[in-house]
Amino acid sequence: MSAGGEASLPVAGHEAIRIEGLHKSFGANEVLKGIDLAVATHEVVCLIGASGSGKSTLLRCVNLLEPINSGRISLWGQEVTGPGIDPNLVRRHVGIVFQAFNLFPHMTVLRNVTLAPAKVRRVSRAEAEAEARALLARFGLADKEADFPDRLSGGQQQRVAIVRALAMKPQIMLLDEVTSALDPELVAEVLDVIRELAATGMTMVIATHEMGFARDIAHRVCFLEEGRIIEDAPPAELFTSPRDERTRRFLRRIVDAGRL
Amino acid sequence: MALTGSPPPGSFARTGRGARLLGGGRSGTVISTASTLVVLGALAAIFLLAPGARAVEHAFFSPPHMWQSFIGNPRQGYYSVGAAIWLNIRMFVVAEILILALALLIALIRQSTHPALFPIRILGTGYVDFFRGVPLILVIFAIGLGIPALSLPVLSTQSNAVYGVAALVLSYSAYVSEVYRAGLNSVHQSQVAAARSLGLPHRQALRYVILPQALRNIIPPLLNDFISLQKDTALVGVLGTIEANKAADIYSEQVFNFSSFTVAAILFLILTIPLARFTDRLIERDRRRRLAGATP
Repeated sequence: MSAGGEASLPVAGHEAIRIEGLHKSFGANEVLKGIDLAVATHEVVCLIGASGSGKSTLLRCVNLLEPINSGRISLWGQEVTGPGIDPNLVRRHVGIVFQAFNLFPHMTVLRNVTLAPAKVRRVSRAEAEAEARALLARFGLADKEADFPDRLSGGQQQRVAIVRALAMKPQIMLLDEVTSALDPELVAEVLDVIRELAATGMTMVIATHEMGFARDIAHRVCFLEEGRIIEDAPPAELFTSPRDERTRRFLRRIVDAGRL
Repeated sequence: MALTGSPPPGSFARTGRGARLLGGGRSGTVISTASTLVVLGALAAIFLLAPGARAVEHAFFSPPHMWQSFIGNPRQGYYSVGAAIWLNIRMFVVAEILILALALLIALIRQSTHPALFPIRILGTGYVDFFRGVPLILVIFAIGLGIPALSLPVLSTQSNAVYGVAALVLSYSAYVSEVYRAGLNSVHQSQVAAARSLGLPHRQALRYVILPQALRNIIPPLLNDFISLQKDTALVGVLGTIEANKAADIYSEQVFNFSSFTVAAILFLILTIPLARFTDRLIERDRRRRLAGATP
């Protein structure tokens, strides 16, 4: 079915992600305590909350990087946390970008981007490189293709990481605090890339500490605390009139810190 | 009260002896050369002025004997040490290739996490424990004397050099697999996550992302083990194989002069020193590359 290496999951349907009763523990430490969340196709959902609230773990579970303890995750109506699912097939459709970039330091930028398309999607090297160059050019990295990651600034590295994920042509992008490791002056260039992605209709779940950015870009914002979604509302509502006391307390701390 | 005090009086420049000794590059070279000559001179003086200096010089450093043992003379009943070292080189090269492959296999087995591979993992651990714990010379005896005694077809009819190489491979693979394992562990888990998140299966993530980085990290300790392996090919001589050390031994027994061992020692040095310098260069290059990366 995936002979051509292209999409084999049904992309039709309105609902891209459905998470039901998701529990996840690391040893005795329960990080996710029953998460329910649905994300529509083309929707952008931002996850906010203190460090350790479970945002990153939630994203890693959706990419199947972490085995879950109970609950279920479905993509386009098909459960992906059950038996008989090939995680590699799922991951082709769900890109993830990490806080620390995680570029492959021993490969040039171009090779970082073409590795997965060439080996997993099995496109020819020439085709993979042409696609990669087009993506790099689109995000202002055309002159960096021959560089090794450690020669790039943090912002450039993170843009390459986003391009690397996009090269697999995913239908969903998960962004895990992608600007948290960046110097303040480099944050904007990465956020611009994400805005452009949102404008193209990419379905995204974004864990972020950038409240202003979340307010601008998100269709919905979820506030997480101690492994639970406390409040789930459009940004205008959540940031101006949060219903839950815990959300109010969190936002007050953010405002006091001058971050909103 | 002001947070910044007034500057202290006077200069920060070093004065006196320290200033001269730690001075610029040229005087540094002069000092290091002078101190080297003093140390070497002292060592030579101890050696030459010792009561037994004459006897030792004749027994170990006699130029005619060194030359005779180097070129060999079968009619006098001794072999050329210079020709015999060629066998050490061949044993070393063959053993090294086999060790690199076998050790990687053992390391990957020990690093695997699949429950079905549990018995092989136990075997791998047992293998490493055993061959790291048993002296290499005993392994050489066990293989070199034991396998022929079994009278098996093919296996029991090999030359002693083959048994020697087999023993070297068995023993060194245990050490080198641990070096590999350290290398695999030195690659951060986030690299695995990044590779797997792109849809690369475990095998491809290992091959394209993890192993290349692991190998880069372990080149210095790997070369260190291979310098050691080059020397340990001399141990195969206990089976009667005419490698450099054995040839030197035979010479000393025939002629009652140990200068042949000096020749063997010099030949081993000529083999190992270039590898040692090469290791140093790789370490230095790696260090510089990383520093360059830290401040682009």
